[in-house]
Amino acid sequence: MALGKKKTKRQMAEDELIVLDNVTKTYATGSPALNGVSLTVKKGEFVFIVGDSGSGKSTLIKLLLRELTPTSGEIYVNNINLGRLRHRQVPKYRRNLGVVFQDFRLLKDRNVYENVAFAQRIVQTPGRLIKRNVPAILSIVGLAGKYKAKPKELSGGEQQRVALARALINKPPILLCDEPTGNLDPRNSWEIMKLLEQINKRGTTILVVTHNREIVNEMQKRVVTMKKGVIVSDEEEGGYIDEN
Amino acid sequence: MRISTFFYTLRQGVRNMFRNAWFSLASIATIASCLLLFGIFYSVVANFQNIVKRAEAGVAVTVFFDEGLSDEEKQHIGELILDRKEVDKINFISADEAWESFKDEYLGEYSDGFTENPLEDSENYEIYMKDISLQSSLVTYLNTIPGVRQVNSSQQTADALTGANRLISYISLGIIGILLAVSIFLISNTVMIGISVRKEEIGIMKYIGATDFFVRAPFVVEGLLIGVIGAAIPLGIIYFIYINALDIIMERFTEIGSILQFLPVETIFATLIPVSLGIGAGIGLVGSFITVRKHLRV
Repeated sequence: MALGKKKTKRQMAEDELIVLDNVTKTYATGSPALNGVSLTVKKGEFVFIVGDSGSGKSTLIKLLLRELTPTSGEIYVNNINLGRLRHRQVPKYRRNLGVVFQDFRLLKDRNVYENVAFAQRIVQTPGRLIKRNVPAILSIVGLAGKYKAKPKELSGGEQQRVALARALINKPPILLCDEPTGNLDPRNSWEIMKLLEQINKRGTTILVVTHNREIVNEMQKRVVTMKKGVIVSDEEEGGYIDEN
Repeated sequence: MRISTFFYTLRQGVRNMFRNAWFSLASIATIASCLLLFGIFYSVVANFQNIVKRAEAGVAVTVFFDEGLSDEEKQHIGELILDRKEVDKINFISADEAWESFKDEYLGEYSDGFTENPLEDSENYEIYMKDISLQSSLVTYLNTIPGVRQVNSSQQTADALTGANRLISYISLGIIGILLAVSIFLISNTVMIGISVRKEEIGIMKYIGATDFFVRAPFVVEGLLIGVIGAAIPLGIIYFIYINALDIIMERFTEIGSILQFLPVETIFATLIPVSLGIGAGIGLVGSFITVRKHLRV
């Protein structure tokens, strides 16, 4: 059976890739982290999700990763109803997503090549293809010469590139980036954003959760602003809305 | 599963073991010390049981026949006795054999004065049992067989041996149980510390889309290897200690060596190798399987 596709209540339009339908997520502490959020992201879009701490951005990412399930409402990603996914189906679903975190989350005891190759091993890519694909993706992110280096031997920017290469090597339709520039200096931040823009131009849909006002304002992409668990603004070619 | 994935899993399991060298050493040392105690204890207990069993095997029940019984009737009684499950073997002792044995044992040269066999009515069956604790029920049965005049047995010896056997079994079960419980506690703690260090790694694998199997398999291979190595080390040590201990006993304590027959190292290891490797591998497997499971819900 296809992943979570049984009895979907809402049929997605052909160009829709992510749909949140009146999603609420309440933690055990009581107050909702997300409150009736509805959001649609179309194929090929580049979307910034912005907002202060406690606005619900991280919860949104966790819901999309299917680390959490919504208290109410429904989430569809690439025609998959996440609420209907069983635990054993989650890994296959996650292969639709490339994920980049603020803290890179690389396997510390493996070198650059092995970190990137790992994503291919998971999907059981034949060894000869891994040997071809990994150097190619490392070239794209500008790390061809550092494939033997361990994460601790790399700068923050380089580590984030490895994470990006790992996220992209299986050619996922969606790339989720959770504060990808949060640990980087401005120069490296811009380089990562330029890479993301290039990747987006090749057709990958990109969601970036960020605090980086300068980048959001400069890039003129769609900006979804969240505050206390609700979407307060959603603008094409928007900018960072000041909290005050 | 692809063959390349299978070998990758094996490779990762071996690598994991070397990557976390201190954790691996601690786990191996824990398993090895527990199984060393277990092995030494088993060797001692097996020898004790062997000594008791040999003593049991030497205890016979003797059956004498009514006067004038034909050879066929005596043979029939023998068949009835052999049909009993608790009977291991029987020896027919003729009157002449009984007299010869008596002469050798008690009279020596003083037997020359006897011209006839005074033990003419002493033909008997010597019955050796598989399980001496069933002696009293066998004696009761033997007394009911027609043609049986008398049944001789030493219930006191049988009871003492049965009691000794039972005591050894209880003590060994108790100590093996305690050793296993301590091993599992120590090993699960060691494994848990090792896994919690790698909780982050497991999380990353899950975020990228690794299945539970893919994440777990190298850990299980690692646990299995640690368990097998942890079992192999004490086996080597016990082998060395055992053959040397036997040599020393035979050379320096010849009296003990002549009275007590110790089991050969092959007999001890025929049980100890599969049991130790099974316990080591089992603890490694189950320990890693369960502890990884706790971190898979990401």
